[in-house]
Amino acid sequence: MSGFDLSAILTNPEYISMLLHGIEMTFVIAIGSWLLAMALAVLLLALRFSPGRFGNAFVAGYVSYHRNVPTLVQLMLWYFGIFTLMPDWLTSWLAGHNAEAIFAVIGLGLCQAAYFSEDLRSGLRAVSPGQMEAARALGHGYLSAMRFVMMPQGVRNALPPLINHSVSLFKNSSLGIVIGASELTHAVKEVENLSFRTFEIYLIGTVLYLFFSLIIMGLGAFLSMRADPVRRARA
Amino acid sequence: MIHDMIAIFQDYWLLLLIGQYPNGPLGGLANTLILSALSIALAFPVSILMALARISKWRLLRWPVTVLVYVTRGVPLLMLILWSYFLVPLVTGADVPSFVTMLTTLVIYQGAFLSEVVRAGIVSLGHGQMDAAKALGHSYLGAMRYIILPQALYNMIPSILSTFVSTIKDTTLGYVINVPDLTFAASQVNNQLLTQPFQVFLILAIIYYAICWSITFLANRLERRITRKRAGLGGGRAAEALAMPAKIASEQL
Repeated sequence: MSGFDLSAILTNPEYISMLLHGIEMTFVIAIGSWLLAMALAVLLLALRFSPGRFGNAFVAGYVSYHRNVPTLVQLMLWYFGIFTLMPDWLTSWLAGHNAEAIFAVIGLGLCQAAYFSEDLRSGLRAVSPGQMEAARALGHGYLSAMRFVMMPQGVRNALPPLINHSVSLFKNSSLGIVIGASELTHAVKEVENLSFRTFEIYLIGTVLYLFFSLIIMGLGAFLSMRADPVRRARA
Repeated sequence: MIHDMIAIFQDYWLLLLIGQYPNGPLGGLANTLILSALSIALAFPVSILMALARISKWRLLRWPVTVLVYVTRGVPLLMLILWSYFLVPLVTGADVPSFVTMLTTLVIYQGAFLSEVVRAGIVSLGHGQMDAAKALGHSYLGAMRYIILPQALYNMIPSILSTFVSTIKDTTLGYVINVPDLTFAASQVNNQLLTQPFQVFLILAIIYYAICWSITFLANRLERRITRKRAGLGGGRAAEALAMPAKIASEQL
């Protein structure tokens, strides 16, 4: 192996396009599963707050499963297991539409929904019940009190863990490599195999991941600052 | 379906439990647990040192560790595993088994995460403890050793257990560099059977679930006990009765 030389990779258009494709795929997986997770989390939360034991037990079981089984095993179960049980027309349709990425989105999204819904729940729990009573006394209905009084405060309380879990969702998109999704880690491995410049390409991959993670963390810090009424009043 | 799973379990339970052990390297569940326990045992002292470095007044100590913590927080574990896989043999100059590579990665990764917990534990104690210890004639390190750390670490026991759970879950990533653990054993079973991937991976998920759920359960009970002790309620029945209403109130939502 010759000396350290970043330009050997950065000036090669083939490697650059591989990396760009990897970044694109990482973002598709991360954003797709984030949206899926958030939508599901709100649904789970609604089910948890609705009367009736069945819904509550279902959500508790859902959260428990997704938190206690490794994410990688969940992905393997989806891609190697459930994929093969699907009817033929669906299997062939998925195979033609980047099945690896789709299952990465499904697996990561379902898993992260458990974390998001727990974050939102503990955020809501921290809002004093008096807020709900006051909103109802002022003539809000249950949903409207939730929408205008409880949720804004609950989401604000839940912001720090939500941001942490969004960062780990972004990081977990790298697990897609195990089921063959062509995301950034996959691209890094590919460039390594072609260029044999392991150190340089790992460094590039690490810096890219770190850069995007720090952006998400910074965005989160900005949001929490914006959401803090005390600081906003002072600014 | 259920019958298939029972049959698979009956045929392959030994492989899932200890891998190829007498004829090959130890693997399966035993290896997963050994790997996680070893990495937590090694990550714990590392995390204390890192936490002390992060609250140190010397920049030379504080900055590199802060950078390390941010890198481990911002980069996927998979990327760090690839780094170790590449660097550990290069540094040691020997052909290192993948188990050691994975152990190194997990010690650094979990050490960085735990160090944040330790740091929070130390900071949450407040200045008074340190000031009092110094007024009584302790040096900085003496106060840390005898006053601050015992309190901070006692409060941390539940977090250490939950870190243990995430370590067990993280060991699955060793699959990428062929660490012979439970996930590896399951994929071996799958390769031998070929026809029942769903059943095999469902068994795998159930085993992980059973282990991680039990430890989480233990951590929650311990946490409740520690909170009670910290509140000065002791252990007895009266304390339990006192602590009960608060718990019910907090679990109402």
